[in-house]
Amino acid sequence: MATTFTKIAAVTVGSGGAASIAFTSIPSTYTDLVLKWSGRIDNNNDFFIKFNSSTTNYSGKILYANSGSANSFNGGTDGKYLSGWPDQSANTANVFSNNEIYIPNYGSSNNKSFSVDTVKEDNSTDWFVGLLAGLWSDTTAINAVTLTLVSGSFVQYSTAVLYGIKNS
Amino acid sequence: MTTAIEVNCTTGEVVERPLTPEELAQSEADAAAFAAAEHEKEVAAAEAATAKAALLTKLGITEDEAKLLLA
Repeated sequence: MATTFTKIAAVTVGSGGAASIAFTSIPSTYTDLVLKWSGRIDNNNDFFIKFNSSTTNYSGKILYANSGSANSFNGGTDGKYLSGWPDQSANTANVFSNNEIYIPNYGSSNNKSFSVDTVKEDNSTDWFVGLLAGLWSDTTAINAVTLTLVSGSFVQYSTAVLYGIKNS
Repeated sequence: MTTAIEVNCTTGEVVERPLTPEELAQSEADAAAFAAAEHEKEVAAAEAATAKAALLTKLGITEDEAKLLLA
């Protein structure tokens, strides 16, 4: 059980927006990583997570409910949909989603499982809540985590904070 | 200009840099693939709606009557 929770780094997107947010050279001194992020993007396109800049060997299942239904679907082998959800331009203006990515044993030499919870508010008639089980089938230790988009940008005031957790 | 934010977690340095030509090319390819996939979904949905309407016409019943049959 994790006993310490340390902020490693934090980012707030500036007025120009950002196509991606990357945490690089992550120290190997922790047991687990947690990335909490709140985001909004300036279009309605797709979004990805990348570990160590890799765009392959991802898989995952997303269970979700929104104001219309409850359902599930698969994430992409390229990391698509596995980052948690940003609010998009179709959603109510100035509303940002909340997401938490938990990556246990990120430095291990086994494949990396991770979990994500996400809430995308719309503050009108729609809402979205999701739970995600993800896997990166790669035995390389994780030293970088990137949130990225098909196109467009995370808008100003999107934030991401990376925490390290030690088990002792 | 499209930028990327990189935080070096060891040094604490934050770099905001323009996307490289390779990253821009990948982004454009991803966007084109996304647009194509969305178009395919729209075409499939339109074809399904057309087929459904044709079947209802062939059967001589309304959509509500079809729902009643399947209930």
